[in-house]
Amino acid sequence: MSQPNQLTIAAARDALRKGEITSVELTEACLAAIEAAGALNAFVHPTPEIAMDRARAADARIAAGEAPAMCGVPVGIKDLFCTQGVPSQAASRILDGFRPEYESTVTAQLRDAGAVMLGKLNMDEFAMGSSNETSTYGNAVNPWRRGGDDTPLTPGGSSGGSAAAVAADLCLAATGTDTGGSIRQPAAFTGIVGLKPTYGRCSRWGIVAFASSLDQAGPMTRTVRDAAIMLGAMAGPDPKDSTSADIPVPDFEAALTGDIRGKRIGIPREYRMEGMPAEIEALWHQGAEMLKDAGAEIVDISLPHTKYALPAYYVIAPAEASSNLARYDGVRYGHRATLAQGDGIVEMYEKTRAEGFGKEVQRRVMIGTYVLSAGFYDAYYNRARKVRALIKRDFDTVFADGIDAILTPATPSAAFGLGEMADADPVQMYLNDVFTVTVNLAGLPGIAVPAGLDRQGLPLGLQLIGKPWDEAGLLTHAHVLEQAAGFVSKPAKWW
Amino acid sequence: MSIDTETARRVAHLARIAVKDDELPALARELSGILTFMEQLNEVDVEGVEPMTSVTPMRLKRREDVVTDGGMQDRILANAPDAREGFFAVPKVVE
Repeated sequence: MSQPNQLTIAAARDALRKGEITSVELTEACLAAIEAAGALNAFVHPTPEIAMDRARAADARIAAGEAPAMCGVPVGIKDLFCTQGVPSQAASRILDGFRPEYESTVTAQLRDAGAVMLGKLNMDEFAMGSSNETSTYGNAVNPWRRGGDDTPLTPGGSSGGSAAAVAADLCLAATGTDTGGSIRQPAAFTGIVGLKPTYGRCSRWGIVAFASSLDQAGPMTRTVRDAAIMLGAMAGPDPKDSTSADIPVPDFEAALTGDIRGKRIGIPREYRMEGMPAEIEALWHQGAEMLKDAGAEIVDISLPHTKYALPAYYVIAPAEASSNLARYDGVRYGHRATLAQGDGIVEMYEKTRAEGFGKEVQRRVMIGTYVLSAGFYDAYYNRARKVRALIKRDFDTVFADGIDAILTPATPSAAFGLGEMADADPVQMYLNDVFTVTVNLAGLPGIAVPAGLDRQGLPLGLQLIGKPWDEAGLLTHAHVLEQAAGFVSKPAKWW
Repeated sequence: MSIDTETARRVAHLARIAVKDDELPALARELSGILTFMEQLNEVDVEGVEPMTSVTPMRLKRREDVVTDGGMQDRILANAPDAREGFFAVPKVVE
């Protein structure tokens, strides 16, 4: 039998209900694994006492026979979620010492479902990054390595700590957030499943805001079934987030029927990027064949504005970020710079924000400030919002034509080395989001499923994109893909 | 569109981020690079397209305009770098 910390959520749930294991045992196994995995720098604020309290409470609830699916399951929480009394600083120096007086809706729902919080997970600062290298806590490290090579690799970003922790069996699952690919890209880089739900499916209340029209929380798990189970506990309308959708949450796990006969899968020709590695192209083709073998019809489709998604995103997201991050002013919470004699309030703001924000965050706040400034608002921000409308229209059109889901690669490469992009121009890093960012702009659900290994032994993922509010259908397809791909590899333990 | 050092200084000030003079040229170059990347958007015909406000067409919910919360001054001030006598304290404001 596998170690308790290596179980899937589904297996743990079943074992807990049968009395074959306790939540205390599961939690102790995870805490021991976390303790031994300092080299991964995934958990940056472990909460063992909270975890053990919740594990004991979960065991009592399970014994009483009224436990929901997540009850007793140990999970990690991305540092972007506010958790009451526990440091929550979005991996930024500017929120040093911040301990929220409240709990985000998503983590409160997980807590109320009996899930056991093991601690807070590393990430890119304010979720701005694709490699977890912008974190104030230092880099999170991918548990995977290239064959015969010790080079430390990125777990991806921004939910890099979440991805590393799930892949290394430090927790059974983790929360992530995804603004441009921050759940799906790290999931693909670490051989796990990452689901970004439809915009509005999960409440954003209590999640540190990056770009409010794009941000969405979702599960990062070892299997598609686990993603279905965990999403059920995270989703639902919330009066505290007026953009959360007032629609019922279906039983996502019940959707995993394995039957996709007659479904139509779109292959968007614009995603065949110049310079795409042959291995990724081959994997994409294999994925389409797998879905075809399961009875789906493969259809060539066009999403003509794909090319403009990245530039539109890198106008809209920084614009919203510059507005959202205006709240970090050194007055109400977090870091305040030491002031010189005679400094006034403007110097306090400017010094506090210069010290508190890292380089990438500063860059994006300034870009956002520029594109929103008088004289440039129409040329950049409004134009980007119009292009966004066209990108959404592309998807609306193919779905209206009868496409059920869209298959694409998840990332343009496997995990790269930490530091390898240090001298690259910022735009090079942005290209990581090329296959994922369209989904955020259109507000759609998307899922990364591990589908194979590259020549160097690193995991590669495929992405499926679904219709709005059809996470159930998306998960059905993802489950079929997962079963057909049969990805079972785990990183060799070196940490 | 290329950003010069003076524009970089102005943007940094608008964003309330202190940038040292000797760092302005590099910042200007970086911002210019990003803006050049964004200029691809000029190739798109957006004639007659409404700028998107929300991905899901929705009317924002309303609720009754009543007090639903409050009376937690201590908790609101709990994380303040400088709180005195029930207030947030800031340096002297001279406009």
